Amino acid sequence: MSMTPDLPCSGSCAGGGVAPPPPGADADLPAGVSRREFVEASAKMLAAVALVSGCDTNVEEFLQKNFRELTPEELRQVVARLEKKYSEAAGKPVTVTTTPPLPNTLFGYGLDLSRCVGCRRCAYACARENNTSRSPQIQWIRVLELDKEKGVDLTHANAYYNPETVPQEDKFYMPVACHQCAKPPCVKVCPVKATWQEPDGIVVIDYNWCIGCRCCMAACPYGARRFNWGEPDLPAAEVNPHTHYLGNRPRMKGVVEKCTFCIQRVREGRYPACVEICPVGARKFGNLLDPESEIRVIMRQKRVFVLKEEIGTEPKFFYFYAT
Amino acid sequence: MSEPTTAPTPENNEHMLPEATTLAVLLILFFAIGILALASIMMGRPEAEGAAADAAVAHGPAEFESILGEDFTLGLDTASKERGHFAVPPPPFSKGIYPCSECHGDLEPDDTRRKLEDEHQEIKLEHGGEERWCLDCHDFKNRDKLRLANGTLIPFEESYRLCGQCHGDKYRDWRAGVHGKRTGYWNGAKRYLLCAHCHSPHSPKFKPLHPLPPPIKPQYIRK
Repeated sequence: MSMTPDLPCSGSCAGGGVAPPPPGADADLPAGVSRREFVEASAKMLAAVALVSGCDTNVEEFLQKNFRELTPEELRQVVARLEKKYSEAAGKPVTVTTTPPLPNTLFGYGLDLSRCVGCRRCAYACARENNTSRSPQIQWIRVLELDKEKGVDLTHANAYYNPETVPQEDKFYMPVACHQCAKPPCVKVCPVKATWQEPDGIVVIDYNWCIGCRCCMAACPYGARRFNWGEPDLPAAEVNPHTHYLGNRPRMKGVVEKCTFCIQRVREGRYPACVEICPVGARKFGNLLDPESEIRVIMRQKRVFVLKEEIGTEPKFFYFYAT
Repeated sequence: MSEPTTAPTPENNEHMLPEATTLAVLLILFFAIGILALASIMMGRPEAEGAAADAAVAHGPAEFESILGEDFTLGLDTASKERGHFAVPPPPFSKGIYPCSECHGDLEPDDTRRKLEDEHQEIKLEHGGEERWCLDCHDFKNRDKLRLANGTLIPFEESYRLCGQCHGDKYRDWRAGVHGKRTGYWNGAKRYLLCAHCHSPHSPKFKPLHPLPPPIKPQYIRK
């Protein structure tokens, strides 16, 4: 309430004899004060209060625009601020890149179900590469154990299997992460446009714009999104200092995150971390627009399917059987 | 409203007392049985308790050598990032075993099928049937080379040509990048592995692995 004295009174001022408010102004605002003016004044007031109390970084963060609306100059400032913040926290230089999509590129992923042995190396390599919270634990990849007898029937999937050795004779394994759908339901439901699909097909999240409503998590048919219920705990020594703004930069409490095909790696031409760690070579990655790429060879020559094809999300994550 | 509220008479009081006692006794019994059941479960099945405790532990990647050992965060050690450049690490020889001619050079070759008793006893041939033996792949005279079915001698660095004689479909997939592990650049230089890097040529079936721990169950996620 300390803000009110500097602002024109609201509500009760709109008494008799006052001209009707101009178009665009709210009825409960006094005449001559548009919504825009009111919001601007409030924001300035808030900024001033925060400046006096000495937390200008938080103000900059609070007033930061959606990633896609930032001008190049603003983006530079944002990146500089984040790099400073992350570097201080990690005790080593952390870079935040904003590498744009490569031209003529649409990323696709292949996973050979006849090879995967369910060793979960990918889930842990992903956590290491992508700076996910260690506690509360967040892993972007879930490896499901399924019965060979029942086939790809997720109703009996078990993500918590823990036998002495894998693969088990009567089981097969199906790792699931974000499918980077061409028609992503998560993007459709986001009320604040904090998540969107990039031209190279990767569905990304602006963590600074996410309000944590988790509508996207409810919408995702693959259970691929994770929520930071607590303040993420990532030991400084384990921070991967090579980050991307839309990918593996450290997150904060109350935001949603998910697999980005390792955006920080693939936009520089590298394979995702899960592809490089897989001990059986079950994971394949490439450009769907390049007819010679590994993923296109797979789509031409192997038995390929996508998960829940019938719901029309058009995933770019293809399961296949090489043998 | 219609029901008249009567003050508790002595008879009423007497009536209530046994009811309350019964209720209390029942409650005590209920809890006692519950605690007993819980205790018997916990003591009778220590492995179940251990499993529950394990499911409550959040394991991190730093705990595992198999994750930290693989240095995928660094660049590819090839001379070029360009497309068409393939780096293949040297064949995975056992320590000190190559060149073979160091020992075999002085030995009189013997091409009779037999069980090896003086050397190479550790090799247990689990590849194909009974009919398979050493000189199907190794050359009789030049032990530093492999020998294709048509008599061509090839270096160990090109062993995939030998494997491809029988496993033509895998050879085709491997060349296309579909079979086997690729690291490096999806749009440039890649590191290929030889068949023998993953499959022991003498026993090519993959050995079972110990899985890394399961993710923490939602009910144990606490901060």
